[in-house]
Amino acid sequence: MTATAEAPALIGSSGDSLREAFGKALAALAGEFPKLVVLDADIAGGTGVHHFRAAHPDRFLQFGIAEQNMMAAAGGLAAVGLLPVVTTFAVFCLRAVEQARLSLAYTRRNAKIVASHPGLDVGPDGGSAQALEDIAAFRAIPGMTVLSPADPLEMAQATRAMLEFDGPVYMRTGRSPAKRLFDEDHKFEIGKGQIVRKGKDVTLVACGVEVARALEAAEHLAEEKIDARVVNMATIKPIDAGLLARCARETGAIVTAEDHNIFGGLGGAVAEALAASNPVPIEFVGVKDTFGASGEPEELAEHFGISAPFIAEAARRAIARKGKGK
Amino acid sequence: MGLAKPITAKDADEEDKATLEGLVADVTAAARFTRQHAIAAIYHAGSGHPGGAMSSADILAALFGAELNLWPDIVNDAHRDRFVLSKGHGAPALYAVAAHYGFCSPRAALALRKLGSPYQGHPHVLDLPWVETSTGSLGQGFSVALGMAMGLKLQKSQARVYTLLGDGELQEGEVWEAAMCAAHHNLDNLCAIIDYNKLQSDNRNDAIMRLEPLAAKWRAFDWAVAEVDGHDISELLRTFRRAAATAGRPSVIIAHTVKGKGVPYMENIPAWHGSVKLTREQAEEALAALGAQRDEIREFLDDRNG
Repeated sequence: MTATAEAPALIGSSGDSLREAFGKALAALAGEFPKLVVLDADIAGGTGVHHFRAAHPDRFLQFGIAEQNMMAAAGGLAAVGLLPVVTTFAVFCLRAVEQARLSLAYTRRNAKIVASHPGLDVGPDGGSAQALEDIAAFRAIPGMTVLSPADPLEMAQATRAMLEFDGPVYMRTGRSPAKRLFDEDHKFEIGKGQIVRKGKDVTLVACGVEVARALEAAEHLAEEKIDARVVNMATIKPIDAGLLARCARETGAIVTAEDHNIFGGLGGAVAEALAASNPVPIEFVGVKDTFGASGEPEELAEHFGISAPFIAEAARRAIARKGKGK
Repeated sequence: MGLAKPITAKDADEEDKATLEGLVADVTAAARFTRQHAIAAIYHAGSGHPGGAMSSADILAALFGAELNLWPDIVNDAHRDRFVLSKGHGAPALYAVAAHYGFCSPRAALALRKLGSPYQGHPHVLDLPWVETSTGSLGQGFSVALGMAMGLKLQKSQARVYTLLGDGELQEGEVWEAAMCAAHHNLDNLCAIIDYNKLQSDNRNDAIMRLEPLAAKWRAFDWAVAEVDGHDISELLRTFRRAAATAGRPSVIIAHTVKGKGVPYMENIPAWHGSVKLTREQAEEALAALGAQRDEIREFLDDRNG
């Protein structure tokens, strides 16, 4: 074999990651949504929207490395009847939170923000690139729907649901290869959590990459005769308060798990919902109000305490607190 | 009511002289009303930014009166021209000019900054059907206008997008992101106007953060640049027409204005930029200077609830 002049493959741009699942789904949905346009800030290979660019170059809008302008311009595109999907890394969405607030949410535009590379799942790029605050920031914006699907199939379904939904949406994808968790009869619906494993002793409520880890934790707990329920909470806002209340009543203890700061994300949303209806012991698994670091995602999950053993340990703590009023 | 703009983009300098003179008279009257109404609204509100409202009144009146293909009965027409007040704190002048041209009731628009009133301190798209987007965070309106221009082009619309920026607003980095982007995408349906009154909230631009050489900056970003006297209505009208006829590039009109224009005690005094409270005497003096008659002053200033 002689050397070829082919461009090197982008690391991580192949495989069954959530971002690739999103990008493929978006390209496939273009025909069904003729007003759909995709906004990119020179990062299409990373966000998955290179699939859309290849299939529909005329509906792919390049904004260069300038996320504030891109985010607000989406409001203008929506204002003239198009269906804009803003795509970049989660950490750069943080850079344009105020543009999303005023020009998308306050104006109630039908515009979507899809953020790849959230959390420790980013891996080797390190702490500066690992957005651990995005769910908190976007969840605090009135009228903003916040999604974090867990596997490639659910990501494809959520992409469709997001386009069918009328209003601003922030959705997290993911960088690293994602485990396939659900089979073909899985049905994603905005605003609905799902019990993906039955159990009666404790409920593990997770989103994104933490759903796979919560399921793994439930396996460990089963060996100790602890029967853990697992809820996939792919919609963080509006949170499925009804399901949470039921789980609190039926299992008496809750653990939340997210690849995000323990403050302001899924854990906050769950605690807010349950404080009002069914106050039961809640333990929070997430990054403990610190920044990330370089490393492989699984190493980082271990190092920062969001891997399956940490979820299992939180479940034991939550169960131990049952009925003790603390 | 605004007048139809010429259908062909002929050279504005050759435009029929009588038509232009008629437009200038109409727009001059609109600008006078805009200033008077804005002063009255700020007086009733007990706060608001009078300086920038005075400096931008002629620009707004020229746009609404003669340039925009936008009338009260077509505010939902997909092919209408769009106007975005990127300097959202100029809201009192926008409400006033809109009231003059029949988009809203002049009396209702005096309920500026009141709870329950759609005339918020900064314009909000969900409150008023003829406001195109919500502004008040500097730089964003410009980006939204860019998005509109891009979207209209994608949909093969002939509609144009106009946006008014403050000079201090140009210190926002987002403005230059948008400037680069609009030129890259050859958005010749986008026209930005800068209300260049040289003053901002705390002081002169050049004391806070120098903008000059301003025209050279825009030229370097590959925009078609025009500099005009922002209070010379016939010059403004001709420049708008020339901008509309510019192909392949977005246009920026640097309008040199006087902050507080028309109210002698405000002119060029930075203190009148910010949100201020006008006394009855100050409001009366301003309205008189702006050519309001005694009964008009009473009509403007008497208690709205009384």
